[in-house]
Amino acid sequence: MPTESAGAALLSAAGLSLERGGRELFRDLSFAVQPGQLVQIEGPNGAGKTSLLRILAGLSRYGFGGSVQRHAPQLYLGHHAAVKALLTPRENLAWHVAGECAHSDLEIESALERVGLYGYEDVPSMTLSAGQHRRVNLARLYLSSSPLWLLDEPFTAIDKSGVAELEQLLVSHVEGGGAIVMTSHQPLQVAYRVEYLSLRAGLAA
Amino acid sequence: MSRQRRAPGTGSFCLTLLRRQLILAARRPIEIGNPLLFFAMVVALFPLGLGPAPDKLADFAPGILWIIALLSSLLTSDTVFRSDFEDGSLEQLLLAPQPLYMSVLAYIAAHWLITGLLLALVSPLFALMIKLPEQAIGVLVGGLLLGTAVLSLVGGIGAALTVGLKRGGMLISLLILPFYMPVLIFGSAAVQNAIAGYPAAPYLAILGAMLCLAIALAPLAIAAGLRISVDA
Amino acid sequence: MWSFFHKLGSPPWLFGIAGSILRWLLPITLVALAVGLVWGLLFTHPDFRQGNSYRIIYIHVPAAVVALAGYYVMAIAGAVSLIWKMKMADVAMKACAPIGAALTFIALVTGSIWGKPTWGTWWVWDARITSMLILLFLYLGVVALYEAYDNKEAASKACAVLSLVGTVNIPIIYKSVDWWYSLHQPASIKFTGESTIDASMLYPLLLMIVAFYGLFTCCMLLNMRAELVEREARTNWVRKLAGAGARR
Repeated sequence: MPTESAGAALLSAAGLSLERGGRELFRDLSFAVQPGQLVQIEGPNGAGKTSLLRILAGLSRYGFGGSVQRHAPQLYLGHHAAVKALLTPRENLAWHVAGECAHSDLEIESALERVGLYGYEDVPSMTLSAGQHRRVNLARLYLSSSPLWLLDEPFTAIDKSGVAELEQLLVSHVEGGGAIVMTSHQPLQVAYRVEYLSLRAGLAA
Repeated sequence: MSRQRRAPGTGSFCLTLLRRQLILAARRPIEIGNPLLFFAMVVALFPLGLGPAPDKLADFAPGILWIIALLSSLLTSDTVFRSDFEDGSLEQLLLAPQPLYMSVLAYIAAHWLITGLLLALVSPLFALMIKLPEQAIGVLVGGLLLGTAVLSLVGGIGAALTVGLKRGGMLISLLILPFYMPVLIFGSAAVQNAIAGYPAAPYLAILGAMLCLAIALAPLAIAAGLRISVDA
Repeated sequence: MWSFFHKLGSPPWLFGIAGSILRWLLPITLVALAVGLVWGLLFTHPDFRQGNSYRIIYIHVPAAVVALAGYYVMAIAGAVSLIWKMKMADVAMKACAPIGAALTFIALVTGSIWGKPTWGTWWVWDARITSMLILLFLYLGVVALYEAYDNKEAASKACAVLSLVGTVNIPIIYKSVDWWYSLHQPASIKFTGESTIDASMLYPLLLMIVAFYGLFTCCMLLNMRAELVEREARTNWVRKLAGAGARR
């Protein structure tokens, strides 16, 4: 799959600006995300990283300037795990409100296995830890067919081996022609070209 | 994209949502039981307040039953979207490649099935307790079936607008009780007419018309409210 | 046309234009109010049945008429803000709610005061009174919802949705309350017919209605100017304005 074909952007943003509480967080931010790009948004706490991701996802619909065009299906994972404590991990994934696609039992089992929840498929989620809830949510990445992923702090509450596995998954997704825009407080340890999106300056390799 | 698949159809997605909501409710049965218990206890309060004279109770019975139905629907409306808002499911629902109008209808349908429908089905029992004449019970159940569906839809608007607020509980009653009034008026009028021996069908027809209007318009307001609440 | 819309979206321009409208509208309104009140309260004939007590209609009727119209102004502003995402429509909508609530309250209180000598009771569950009471609840709902949100932009959007829902519902509520009243109407109370009003009583009433519309507009513009300054407190034009005020 071509990785650098101009005009085939999965997402493009033009002239984004945001002001919160009278403080300007970013201004005139324009960029496009192409297939094969792994983009990490940079900035200290309160710089507007989460706000930017929510704007890109389409959850924020007002209060910002500029426009966002989405050309491909996308998957957004936010701060909240969107896991129902009363449902089992299997049910959580099978009946997920994101309505992306219908998954077979086998697919769900293998996804849960890959996030290290083998054997936990059918226990109520309320008996699981916070980290395990995050893992249930991350299992959606294995099931997803959306080319564009918007990930807000995906490594939170994930242990070391989980992080390594997740990084692998991210790389294989972008190598397969997908694209990722993410925030993370820890640098990515991947053998892939990571581009950094600075909220001050825009997109840079 | 080797794993490219199509999103499920709207119908099957809504059925999934409906099933999910119903199972969530069934796993916490007290949530289903609460409105019914509330109904029973308030019914028990009226004879204590008004005195046990059967004819006096019978006079007030249509209004009493409808007001309690209104209140128990109101009390549960607040919870329709709240847990989904708190755990982040709601933002995923808004991002789903599915028409929000239909998804919202599925949520409201689930709410109606576990409150309004059950309430209508057990209402004959309470009606007999406060001496509602027997010939009016059929009309009461029919009216409650239609009316509580309108209440669920209108209550959903209030729930959607206040779901992002920490203290939404009291506010929701101020917002939506005025919109409940037409349902109360025609619902209790239907029962009163049935008691007096007049036809009640016209009133049920008006409730049905309100239901049609509410199904057509309320999901739009609920969807707009949810988008605002998630964004706030 | 588009440049007009563009200007309408600019806070300093709106602030200025609201100011210049107020400069002539406020005096006219005050004069009309004074003339209408004096005319209505002092120079009209007493009603042959109700005596002097009927004179309260010069407050009661205008307040009720404008209170109802105010809800539609609010809903239209809300619709504009939702559809065209015009922030200034938010400001207009937010300004309407407390004024409308106040007018509705005035209409209810004056109606109640009027009811005591006329019907011998402070409160009657009459269709129109009940509808006004519900209107008061609708207004208070919008005010309370606005206050409950921390994010004022979200608050405006939520209130816009609520007032649109109210607009669809008001005719239904009014019709059902009317119908409910005709079903339960007690025979003991008789109302004076609408059409019996004499021209000499009607003209001051019309003047008062116009004056109340003016009053509503003035209050709304004043409210909007205050809201604009608050929202734009950190911008240059407000700083300049505050600076100019301080130097004076």
